[in-house]
Amino acid sequence: MDLGALFGSFDNFLSFTIGGLVFGAIYALIALGYTMVYGVLQLINFAHSEVFMYGTFAVAWTFIFLHGTESASWSLGKALPILLVALVAAMVMSAAIALLIERFAYRPLIKKGAPKLIALISAIGASFALAEAMGLRDRFAGWVGLKDDLADYVAPDKARDVFSNPVTIEPHKLFELGGYGVTDVDLVIIAAALLMMVGLDQLIRRTRLGRGIRATAQDPESAALMGVNSTRVVQLTFLIGGLMAGAAATLYMMKIGSTRQNAGFILGVKAFTAAVMGGIGNLRGALLGGLVLGVMENWGAAVFGSEWRDVVAFVLLVLILLVRPSGILGESLGKARA
Amino acid sequence: MLLEVEGLCVNYGHIEAIRDISFGVEEGTVTTLIGANGAGKTTTLKTLSGLRKVRAGKVIFEGKDITHLPAHERVKMGLSQSPEGRGIFPGMTVRENLFMGAYTRRDKPEMAVDFDRVMGLFPRLEERIDQVAGTMSGGEQQMLAMGRALMARPRVVLLDEPSMGLAPKLIAQIFSIITEINEQGTTVLLVEQNAAQALKRAHTAHVLETGEIVRSGTGAELAGDDSVKAAYLGGDI
Repeated sequence: MDLGALFGSFDNFLSFTIGGLVFGAIYALIALGYTMVYGVLQLINFAHSEVFMYGTFAVAWTFIFLHGTESASWSLGKALPILLVALVAAMVMSAAIALLIERFAYRPLIKKGAPKLIALISAIGASFALAEAMGLRDRFAGWVGLKDDLADYVAPDKARDVFSNPVTIEPHKLFELGGYGVTDVDLVIIAAALLMMVGLDQLIRRTRLGRGIRATAQDPESAALMGVNSTRVVQLTFLIGGLMAGAAATLYMMKIGSTRQNAGFILGVKAFTAAVMGGIGNLRGALLGGLVLGVMENWGAAVFGSEWRDVVAFVLLVLILLVRPSGILGESLGKARA
Repeated sequence: MLLEVEGLCVNYGHIEAIRDISFGVEEGTVTTLIGANGAGKTTTLKTLSGLRKVRAGKVIFEGKDITHLPAHERVKMGLSQSPEGRGIFPGMTVRENLFMGAYTRRDKPEMAVDFDRVMGLFPRLEERIDQVAGTMSGGEQQMLAMGRALMARPRVVLLDEPSMGLAPKLIAQIFSIITEINEQGTTVLLVEQNAAQALKRAHTAHVLETGEIVRSGTGAELAGDDSVKAAYLGGDI
């Protein structure tokens, strides 16, 4: 295959690859939430997309609180202090939403031994409720007397529209790679995502908490006999998924700069796809699945046109699962070795 | 009594798995529950470890009522179990499995002492220490499950059918290790289908039939009891 002909030139091929890695890194961070919960509970947490979406709003709100609503275009360096605060805010917000989902949409059902299908329906319900609640945020703000302040940036009729971060982050070219200018924003996104993945991987493999999570994933009853508190482990799993989704939300807002109440849906579906593609329940699979999905769909968009991006992504999913039904890496979180 | 069970009743849905069971485990002894499949032996042990909900009755451990205490709290108090079917963590190494047994402990130097003790009891595990547990034979997995339960440094260790599915030679070895564990000072509550071996090793024994205790005595007494002989010992010991 002549790549040069397909992509116009090799330069474009590299640029599409790096662009794909940037999105792949974000997919991978969200995919962790799906894969961790699946590894421990064998449940797909369909409400995880909203965990991410709330994080994106937390980023924009942080900029509004610390900078104001006035539009601005900053370099990454200038935005960095507020970005770091936004990262913490998004992680706290997403973790809180994830824990709420666990507490109210899952734990009562699991305690009563409800079938997995019931928990799935509960999660879909939680997903809609959370997304619609975000659409009604101006009303909630009004109830607590914030209407006047918030009306500036959440007019009632605009609540469902795109909600932008007032500060746009201008990427700066750092160096050339095969004719493609790699920007600081791209590099930070890829590096931050990889760093978090490596950190989490080590946490699961090396620490006592990680051993508790792995034990519960492999045999919940035996884990309880060892003195592992399974409720705590499930909570911890949701918490970690939430923290990672919050980080993903921050990186997404750096790159895209705007969100909306249903922004979680497509990102959630893509991240879930990445998790399944890599082997659901497998942390390294989530990373690999995310990166492969991000790169392949960007290549697909380059070859067939950007309207084909999602078609390529899901055809790829089907093809990979036909060949390897348990995903690229296959093994579960439980079986992951230290 | 280290462990006392008073009028314990446990249901699975509407089915009574165990009915009004009472017995005690004296500190320093081997106590055994024998009985056929489905008599309620495993349910009794799971209930003692906190994995099953109690409908009625009490479980008292070291004078404290632990009937409704969650499973993970009981391990901290000194009650550990090697479950039926071994329940090892297949994706972890032998070493990791053993240290899962000490999950609630923080006293690293003392954990090392217990690790050495387990290595002494099960030299085979030492040879396999970095092997993934899921790839070991049934007998090795059984040793691992028992060693893991000992890593909690329990006051009483509950052993659920340690001889299940093992070759006769290995069964004899496992039972002599049970005696050794007891002689080292750990109280043992043993559930077995292999009544002959269990009665030979036990100070006190109880026979469970369809969820009720039908006969109790010392191991030797029950081994000599005609009805026990007929039902569980098949004549030849």
